[in-house]
Amino acid sequence: MTSPVLSVSNLNTSFLVDGKWMDVVRDVSFDIGAKETVAVVGESGSGKSVTALSIMRLLSENNARLKGEINFGGQNLLDISQQDMQKVRGNRIGMIFQEPMTSLNPVLKIGKQITEVLVRHRGMTQATARAEAIRLLDKVRIPAARSRLDEYPLSFSGGMRQRVVIAIALACSPQLLIADEPTTALDVTIQAQILELIKVLQEEEGMSVLFITHDMGVVAEISDRTVVMYRGEAVETGTTQEIFQHAKHPYTRALLSAVPKLGSMAGTVQPKRFPIVDMKTGEAASVADTADTVEHDKTPILEVKNLVTRFDIKSGFFGRVSGRVHAVENVSFDLREGETLSLVGESGCGKSTTGRSIMRLTEAKSGSITVGGKDVRHAGKSSLLDIRKHMQMIFQDPFESLNPRMRVGEAIAEPIVTHGLAARGEVRKRVADLLTRVGLSPSMADRFPHEFSGGQRQRVCIARALALEPRFIVADESVSALDVSVKAQVINLMLDLQERFKLAYLFISHDMAVVERISHRVAVMYLGEIVEIGSRASVFENPQHPYTKKLMEAVPVPDPARRQIRRISNDEIRSPVRAPDFVAPVRKYDEVSAGHFVQVQ
Amino acid sequence: MSNDANPGNSVHSRDGADAERASRSPFRATLGALLRDRLALTGIIIVTLLVLAALFAPLIAPQNPYDLAQLDIMDNRLPPGSESMSGLYYLIGTDDQGRDLFSAILYGLRTSIIVGISSAAIALVIGASLGLLSAYAGGKTDAILMRIVDIQLSFPAILIALIFLAILGQGVDKIILALVITQWAYYARTIRGSALVERRRSYVDAARSMALPDRSILFRHILPNCLPPLIVVATMRVAYAIMLEATLSFLGIGLPVTEPSLGLLISNGFEYLLSGDYWISFFPGLALLLLIVGINLIGDALRDILNPRREG
Repeated sequence: MTSPVLSVSNLNTSFLVDGKWMDVVRDVSFDIGAKETVAVVGESGSGKSVTALSIMRLLSENNARLKGEINFGGQNLLDISQQDMQKVRGNRIGMIFQEPMTSLNPVLKIGKQITEVLVRHRGMTQATARAEAIRLLDKVRIPAARSRLDEYPLSFSGGMRQRVVIAIALACSPQLLIADEPTTALDVTIQAQILELIKVLQEEEGMSVLFITHDMGVVAEISDRTVVMYRGEAVETGTTQEIFQHAKHPYTRALLSAVPKLGSMAGTVQPKRFPIVDMKTGEAASVADTADTVEHDKTPILEVKNLVTRFDIKSGFFGRVSGRVHAVENVSFDLREGETLSLVGESGCGKSTTGRSIMRLTEAKSGSITVGGKDVRHAGKSSLLDIRKHMQMIFQDPFESLNPRMRVGEAIAEPIVTHGLAARGEVRKRVADLLTRVGLSPSMADRFPHEFSGGQRQRVCIARALALEPRFIVADESVSALDVSVKAQVINLMLDLQERFKLAYLFISHDMAVVERISHRVAVMYLGEIVEIGSRASVFENPQHPYTKKLMEAVPVPDPARRQIRRISNDEIRSPVRAPDFVAPVRKYDEVSAGHFVQVQ
Repeated sequence: MSNDANPGNSVHSRDGADAERASRSPFRATLGALLRDRLALTGIIIVTLLVLAALFAPLIAPQNPYDLAQLDIMDNRLPPGSESMSGLYYLIGTDDQGRDLFSAILYGLRTSIIVGISSAAIALVIGASLGLLSAYAGGKTDAILMRIVDIQLSFPAILIALIFLAILGQGVDKIILALVITQWAYYARTIRGSALVERRRSYVDAARSMALPDRSILFRHILPNCLPPLIVVATMRVAYAIMLEATLSFLGIGLPVTEPSLGLLISNGFEYLLSGDYWISFFPGLALLLLIVGINLIGDALRDILNPRREG
């Protein structure tokens, strides 16, 4: 390897927190060679983003202290003045951030935002800058680049905005591109496009890439070498191949074992727990197989028939209906006791609205929902109360789904007290019992939600949902916001509970790999409709609908040996917003094999 | 890996940021922060002293300014530091009735604080209830209530108070009523805004899916989370109510002469200002100023502390 483009040695970053200096990054060293992609991977709080910000010197000097050496192009970036750093940033190091929705200025035209950089950093005239801007947009594969220059960011989708951000980062042909979780906020098919684009651009431009991510799949997909960070330290550095195949550090092993791999479930019928790796020895403990919990013979506990949920978009003073969101269109499925049915799809496919319609948090337009033989949609106040004891919901964001001003004990006790499920004196015991059931200690009942970590909060939410002894739980992206290792534990917990109480789950998720791990049956949704539904084995091993295939192809596989070459497509996720006079087409389904239905196109 | 490791060293994680405040209720955390803020502490000391003085006025005051038997018209308009025939020491002088100003201010503070706090409290209860209802019910209820609020807010408070007092007449109860009428809309508007935000958070959905009654969702879940901005508004509004009462009394339509408040004392001395007898207006004015500044200092600090975007 020739001399590295960027060489970080013994980087220490500390933050001033309430008058004390806290080390956030400790003794981190790594090199990035020419035309090399290095991934820094870690869970939240591992210091990976702070490392990137330290390199860019983007941390406020009042409350952040940097030590060590960051060598870039023959100078130590920690020694030079902010003015000189300004010349390095944007000119020789480009940067892409996580949130494409906020990293562009919403009131400036796209073209203006690109030419501004070109004029300032490369001293171009307006006319040449404009021509160069078009070339850059072409380069990031934005169709009809010339006509889109005069548009505002709001008319671009998330994926397209991220392309624009990349175009701006490329404007000065940087030697190094730092990408901080650039695909985390994007849907999986869009993520695949952006990853592919970054790979191709790296070839074309001959630049080095520092890629910050939490996603082992993305790491396997893109990086040559990988730095694994844990609690502020770089615990393992090596080629991506080595890390994935012969990880040495126990943390890396634990992390890898918690990553669900799409396709790893081939040949199994039952959902599978994640292996738990001992953090000290790095040895994986064997996990028990899950028992068959599905009651095939009884009547389903949840039956959904021809469910339709639409939202009117009103505009103008008189609230004229100017369009309609066809969020859920003609969706039918059933759920048996002890079964997990997953609804998968990308943003806007109506999977969450389906869950909310079943819970009657959103009112459906037509169709029927039957829970335990009772009609949900036309239930009055008192019978709805009765039905809601059968079904509970766990939400996506554990930071939002607990009332911040209520002790968790109170929060769990509330439904028990309200519905008189236990005598006054028994309530505390019931709460303690529920907390133990989800793997928390009963003494935690007196704490407030902010004293818990994300995973613990999600456990509290599960405990609260269990308080009413429901027969099924709608889990709306319930593990999506959690770190991999925590995610694996919460999923294991969900499987344990399913085994003990014959719980059924309606598992709503965008994460194909998790879905493969946990479900008995899978329904793939696209634009409000179910395009394919069947047992997990049949949908994952024999996908029929083109959208299902596309979705599966797009999932990054955490195995560098299986890296695939994709072509860069520009397909966008279509919007379910239609004109008010739109009539939804009647769909037919083919039965490919027993219980495996595919929408006829 | 065996438990959900709390990433305590992370500045990005909310867990880390909150670790300092572990196992304390939000109320105590706020109080702690308030006492650490130097300006707020000054405000708290000023307000506490004034409130205590008002509370124990009958014990502290050398004279009962309402007991006509204790007044001597011969003592009128004595400058600060004078002594009466009966040996009473007038620390800050007397007014045109021969009343000890220090005693009059203590009793005046009483009226001002009672009027300010009770009108703000009643307006808060009414405004907060209507605002919550408006946000939770939405639709027509919301539209009608908010249009009323709009109309209310488009008139200057003093004008509305003047009209109502002209109709109702004078008296402590009347002025409290007038102040409530002019102020409830601020609370309604404030709480509706935050309730709309809170209503969309998923803990409300969670409460709904547990089939908790609306009443408990509103008062146990949404209301406590709307309190921070409401507390700030309430603090500032108490100061505003006291000022408004003083203004109205100054104009002679607030409280009757038999129950002088600070505003009335200022107004009494107003005509003597130019003749050099400054103290009759000046000292009640100073007391009013201290009270208002004290309350505002607390309010300002509360606004900073309760701001969710505050760093740290």
